[in-house]
Amino acid sequence: MSDPVIHLADGAVAIAGRPILRHIDLTVPAGEFLALMGANGSGKSTLVRALTGLHPLASGSLTLFGTPFHRFRDWRRIGFVPQRGGATSGVPASVWEVVASGRLTRRRPLRPLGRADRRAIADALDVVGLARRAHESVSTLSGGQQQRVLIARALAGEPELFFLDEPTAGVDLPNQQILADTLQTLSDRGATIVLVAHELGPMAPLIDRAVVMRDGRIAYDGPPLASEQVATAHLDLHDYGHHHPEPERHDHAPHIASPIEGPLEAER
Amino acid sequence: MNEYLDLLGLPFMQRALIAAIFTGLAAPAVGTYLVQRRLALMGDGIGHVAVTGVALGLLTGASPTWTAVVVAALGAVLIEVIRERGHANGDVALALLFYGGLAGGVLITGLAGQSGARLQQYLFGSITTISVGDVVVTMALAAVVVLICVGLSPQLFAVAQDQEFARVAGLNVRVYNLLVAVLAAVSVTVAMRTVGLLLVSALMVVPVATAQQLSRSFRTTLAAAMLLGTLASVGGLLLSAYASFHARVAPGPTIVLLALAGFVVAWPLGVWLRSRRRLRQPFPVVEAAVHQTIGEHPHQHGVDCGHVAVPHGDHVDYVHDGHRHAEHGRHYDEH
Repeated sequence: MSDPVIHLADGAVAIAGRPILRHIDLTVPAGEFLALMGANGSGKSTLVRALTGLHPLASGSLTLFGTPFHRFRDWRRIGFVPQRGGATSGVPASVWEVVASGRLTRRRPLRPLGRADRRAIADALDVVGLARRAHESVSTLSGGQQQRVLIARALAGEPELFFLDEPTAGVDLPNQQILADTLQTLSDRGATIVLVAHELGPMAPLIDRAVVMRDGRIAYDGPPLASEQVATAHLDLHDYGHHHPEPERHDHAPHIASPIEGPLEAER
Repeated sequence: MNEYLDLLGLPFMQRALIAAIFTGLAAPAVGTYLVQRRLALMGDGIGHVAVTGVALGLLTGASPTWTAVVVAALGAVLIEVIRERGHANGDVALALLFYGGLAGGVLITGLAGQSGARLQQYLFGSITTISVGDVVVTMALAAVVVLICVGLSPQLFAVAQDQEFARVAGLNVRVYNLLVAVLAAVSVTVAMRTVGLLLVSALMVVPVATAQQLSRSFRTTLAAAMLLGTLASVGGLLLSAYASFHARVAPGPTIVLLALAGFVVAWPLGVWLRSRRRLRQPFPVVEAAVHQTIGEHPHQHGVDCGHVAVPHGDHVDYVHDGHRHAEHGRHYDEH
């Protein structure tokens, strides 16, 4: 097992023809707890979505667990926690049901849940501390609790590699602490964790390595930073030449597109 | 009463009953997934497209049921493709197909030299004129829809709940999306003879809306919606048959109105249950800044004192007049 869990060489992502990420080299060894940081729009979420295959790579090569991505089928080794909002839908769903859908990486269609499945679901609910609320509707939970449900869902598939996209955004401090404790548990079990975060908060002591994104490129890659250093991290790095400060542009015009037009999603 | 029982014994009535049972089971099963995706009106869009299919059948002399299945499935796939490639939730795509389908259907019916009355059978249903062949087709298609909706429910649930998670879990999201679209098209045509194309969506959506007033999980919603759909379609048919001795009562609208009546009953109940549950949610445990006691309290709080009792950490707060009173030794604390 000398293969790194993630190996991305010279990766680039373009959305609707516009280059968003350029020249990304990232290697994550097994068991590492990596924090992907950076300002809004710096491309940190896009990078995670590229690593999970949600955004296709425009160029470069991605290897997961030593397998080139286009041949990668071992989805059970990956647990993905998307940005919040995916927990509720138009029909009520219980906490248990949402967490149970995390087992689909290991279940074949038309087979009932086995004993191992049920144990994994119960264990996942235990780790995030929601076992007693398993049969409540997800929509009655608070934002932080819904985020924990999404983590439990990823956990239920018993993956080795976790991607978490801004799990602490809009979550109060006590819930952030519970999230941090959960991630500590996962990390202690040997999981590799890629955490996208704007601010680390109570997670800070868990981080092994920080990668700071800026304008679609990696601006810093090294030991954990204090949060006030993140904003200026790119100034310490001379590899990428000099930067001109760019004025922030905001498009206030409402977006109108015909339904036939191609996907035009901006980074969410 | 006797002549009512005689009526129920007639072959056309028994065919209608069988069709009603199968339609009532299948339509809400697909409808649950449509509501979950917030595409409650998709059934309506497909229904309008199917009008063109029926008209094509009338024009070519082929069975309108089968041409409707084909055209509705194509329309459903088109809606899904536009939704996937386009922006947001595709309500514009639905609108385009709504009007295209209806206009095309009426135009082609005219070209075929058929009267509006013939088309109306399909627009508003005519369950009592259903033939033996139609019953068999209805049963077969409905059974397929129900089997897939229930059998693949973990996958369909996950895809409708969170597409991105489903993709990273290795599910082929596009295939499942198209499957739901085609299933919706099939159940629209199945329900076409029962409630009619213009009212189809009601049978797909209203039982789900009723069920989710009282349910907390997806599986109970799905099961309850199928049960309510069957009750509504069978009940509506029996009701309209009973009323037919006194007045001209069409089964299709009766079924839909009965389903809506169910919702009208369940909705206030759901509102009451939800507010009750909210009031009894435990208060968060936070270190109290000040210890504020209440000197004189003429009332003794208890299990049956009539005030809402809310768990708060290791004790219970009694809520009245905007205060939270917690028992502390001989007196009450303001929490």
